[in-house]
Amino acid sequence: MMVPQAPPPPSDEEKMLKIDNLHVKLEEEDKQILKGLSLEIPAGQVHAIMGPNGSGKSTLSYVLSGRDGYEVTEGSATLDGESLLDMEPEERAAAGLFLAFQYPVEIPGVGNMTFLRTAVNAQRKARGEEELSSGDFLKVVRAKAAELQISPEMLKRPVNVGFSGGEKKRNEILQMAMLEPRMCIMDETDSGLDVDAMRLVSDGVNALRSPDRSFLVITHYQRLLNHIQPDVVHIMANGRIVKTGGPELALQVEEEGYGDLLAEAR
Amino acid sequence: MNATIDLDVREGVDRETVETVQNMGSYKYGWDTEIEMEYAPKGLSEDIVRLISQKNEEPEWMLEWRLEAYRRWLTMAEPKWAMLNYPEIDYQDQYYYARPKSMEVKPKSLDEVDPKLLATYEKLGIPLKEQMILAGVEGAEDAPAEGRRVAVDAVFDSVSVGTTFKDELAKAGVIFCSISEAIREHPELVKKYLGSVVPQSDNFFATLNSAVFSDGSFVYVPKGVKCPMELSTYFRINAENTGQFERTLIIADKGAYVSYLEGCTAPKRDTNQLHAAVVEIVVLEDAEVKYSTVQNWFPGDENGKGGIYNFVTKRADCREARAKVMWTQVETGSAITWKYPSCILRGDESQGEFYSIAIANNFQQADTGTKMIHLGRNTRSRIVSKGISAGQAQNTYRGLVTMHPRATNSRNYTQCDSLLIGDKCGAHTVPYIEVKNTSSRVEHEATTSKVDDDQLFYCRSRGMDEEEAVALVVNGFCREVLQALPMEFAMEAQSLVAISLEGSVG
Repeated sequence: MMVPQAPPPPSDEEKMLKIDNLHVKLEEEDKQILKGLSLEIPAGQVHAIMGPNGSGKSTLSYVLSGRDGYEVTEGSATLDGESLLDMEPEERAAAGLFLAFQYPVEIPGVGNMTFLRTAVNAQRKARGEEELSSGDFLKVVRAKAAELQISPEMLKRPVNVGFSGGEKKRNEILQMAMLEPRMCIMDETDSGLDVDAMRLVSDGVNALRSPDRSFLVITHYQRLLNHIQPDVVHIMANGRIVKTGGPELALQVEEEGYGDLLAEAR
Repeated sequence: MNATIDLDVREGVDRETVETVQNMGSYKYGWDTEIEMEYAPKGLSEDIVRLISQKNEEPEWMLEWRLEAYRRWLTMAEPKWAMLNYPEIDYQDQYYYARPKSMEVKPKSLDEVDPKLLATYEKLGIPLKEQMILAGVEGAEDAPAEGRRVAVDAVFDSVSVGTTFKDELAKAGVIFCSISEAIREHPELVKKYLGSVVPQSDNFFATLNSAVFSDGSFVYVPKGVKCPMELSTYFRINAENTGQFERTLIIADKGAYVSYLEGCTAPKRDTNQLHAAVVEIVVLEDAEVKYSTVQNWFPGDENGKGGIYNFVTKRADCREARAKVMWTQVETGSAITWKYPSCILRGDESQGEFYSIAIANNFQQADTGTKMIHLGRNTRSRIVSKGISAGQAQNTYRGLVTMHPRATNSRNYTQCDSLLIGDKCGAHTVPYIEVKNTSSRVEHEATTSKVDDDQLFYCRSRGMDEEEAVALVVNGFCREVLQALPMEFAMEAQSLVAISLEGSVG
C-alpha cells in the first residue's frame, strides 16, 4: 500500500522550487527581512542554507509555507511553475510543499495518529484521491513510525504534548514520511538534537531522498550536513543569498565562521 | 466495532467529521415535515390542561396533579438571574398540544404509514426495522434485527410515536414506554416517583411542565437487572409555534444499571420555540444510571433569528447508599440554553458526575452547569465542563457545590475550561461553593484560552483547511467529555462540534 504521489515531475529544464528576487517585510513592524532573495532547486536535489542569526532563514521557510504576518512586497516563488504565494497554506501542502517546524506546535487532546490521518486524508481529498481506510492507514503509519523508532504509545499521545525535543523532531519527519511531499523544507531540524536523535532524523530524511523529491535544509551547523549530504550549499546574510557552492562551503563555514565569507560577499 | 476504530474515534476528529464539515451548508436537521397535525387551541388555561390529560386518557389523580401545578404556576414569576437576554415570552401565544393525525389509527404495514413520517426517521438515521416499529407497523418486532441494539422511544412534537425493542426489554423486566402509557399501565410506579425528584413547585419552567407535559419516556429497571441494551429517546419539535414539554422519569431499583441517551432536533423556523422539559432520575441502593444528551435544537440563524428557547430541569436523586449517576451533555443547539443537570447525593457513598460540552456560536446564549448537593457521608462528585464560544455568543458556566453538615468526608472536583474563538464572544464562570463541615474537600480549577493561531497554522501547513483545523483543535479541547459518551453518540457529537462552529473563523 503506497500513498500516491503528487503529479509527476516536469522536464529537467524546469526547477522544482524557484524563488526570484523575493522581498518580504513583517506586517506589524514594517521591517524588511528578505531583500531580493533568489534560489532555484531542481528535482531530486538537496540544498542547504546556512547563515548567521537574524539573516532571515526562518522567515523564508514561513513565507514559503504561507504563515500570516508577512507581506511580500516584490518577487515570486513557484513550485513546479505554480505561484506559491497566491495559495492558502493547505493548498501549498496539497501541492507538495512541507515544512518541518523548528518549534513543532502542541495540540492538546488530539492524538498524534488522528492528526496524521486527518492530514493525510485532507491532502488526498484536495488532490481528488480516495481517502485511506483506517486499516490501510494504520499499516503504513506503524511501519514508518518503527523506522523512526517512534513507539505505538507515542502515536497515541496528543500531538507534541510532553514530547522531548528529539521526539518532536522525529515526529516532524514521520509527518513528512506520511505526507510524501515533493518539496521538503527543514527549519533547523538539528537544533536540540543529541547525536543519536540526529542520526535517526538524518536516516529518516535520507530514506526519503528520491529523484523527484527535493530538500531545502536550513541549519546553523555543518554537523547535520555530515549526515544529510547536500548537493548545493547557500550562505544567507541580511535577507539574501550571498554565496553558493558545493558541500565544501559548509566545511569552510565550520572552520572559519561567517566573517570572511560575508566580507568577501560585500 | 473493533478496537482500532474505537481508538481512532476516541482520539479526536473522525473522517466523517471532516466530510460533514465540508458537505454541510448549515443546520443539518433544519427540514420540516408536512404532516397533518392536530392542535389544541393556542394559549394556556385549565381547559387546555384538562384537554391534554383527556387526550392522554389519564386517570383523575393525574389530572388533579396537573391542575395543582397549573394553579401554582399562575403565582410564579419567570426566573431572571441567568446571564441570558431574550424578549418576553408570551405564554398565551403558544400551542401546548400537537400530534400527527396519522397516529389516531395504527397502520398495518409500512405502506400505510405516512411516508413523510418515515422520511423523517430516515433523516434522523434510525434503521429501517426501528423505523417500522416507530411508525407503529404491526408485527415489526418480529422482523429480523439489524444494525445497532438501541431501544428508541421517539417523541414527535408532543407525542411519543413509538418505542422499539419493548418485548425484549420486558423479558428482562425492564419497562420502557412513553410516560402517558406508564401513567395508564403502571400508575403505582408513576404515583410513587413522579415529582419526587423535581417537585411540581420546583421552579417556573418545571411547574409549567408539570401542568402541560404531553408525553415523554418512562424507564423502570427492576432490582439487580442490568438493562440489556442502551435506551434512547429522540425528541423532535416539528409543528410551528408549538412548545414541547416532555417529561422523563427513570427509576433504577437496587443494584440496577441503565444507560440512557437523549437526542434532539427541530426544524428551522423564524420564530422562537419554547422547550421546557423535566427529567427525573431516581437511583436506589447500588444502582447506576448514565444519562447522555446530544442537544441539537435549531440554534437560530447566523443573525440570531429563530431558534429554540431551552429551559430544562434535569435532576437525579441518589436516594440510597452507593447509588451512582453520570450526566454527560453536548449542548450545541438552541438560541437560549438554561439547564443545570444536578445530582442530589443523599445516600452515603453515593457518586455524581457531570461532563459537559457547551458550544455557543453566532448569537446563541448558554447558561448551563450543574448542582452537586452532598447530603450523605463519603459522597463524591466530579464536574468537567468545556465551554466554547464563537461569533457573538455568550457562554456561562454556573455551578453549585454544597457540602451539608452531615456530608462528612465528602469530595468534589470541578474543572471548568473555556475556549474562545474570535474577539466578539464571551465566556463566564460562576461557581457557587458552600461547605458546611470540616472534613470535606472541594477543588475548583478553571481556565480560559483562545484557539491559537500557531495551532491553526500547523494544521493548515499539513493540508487541513481552516474549518477542519478548528474542528480538530476544539475536539481536542473537548476530549475528556467526548470520551465519557457512548460510542454512537461520541461520533455524532464530534461531527456536531464541527458543524456548530462553521463560519466561526476567518
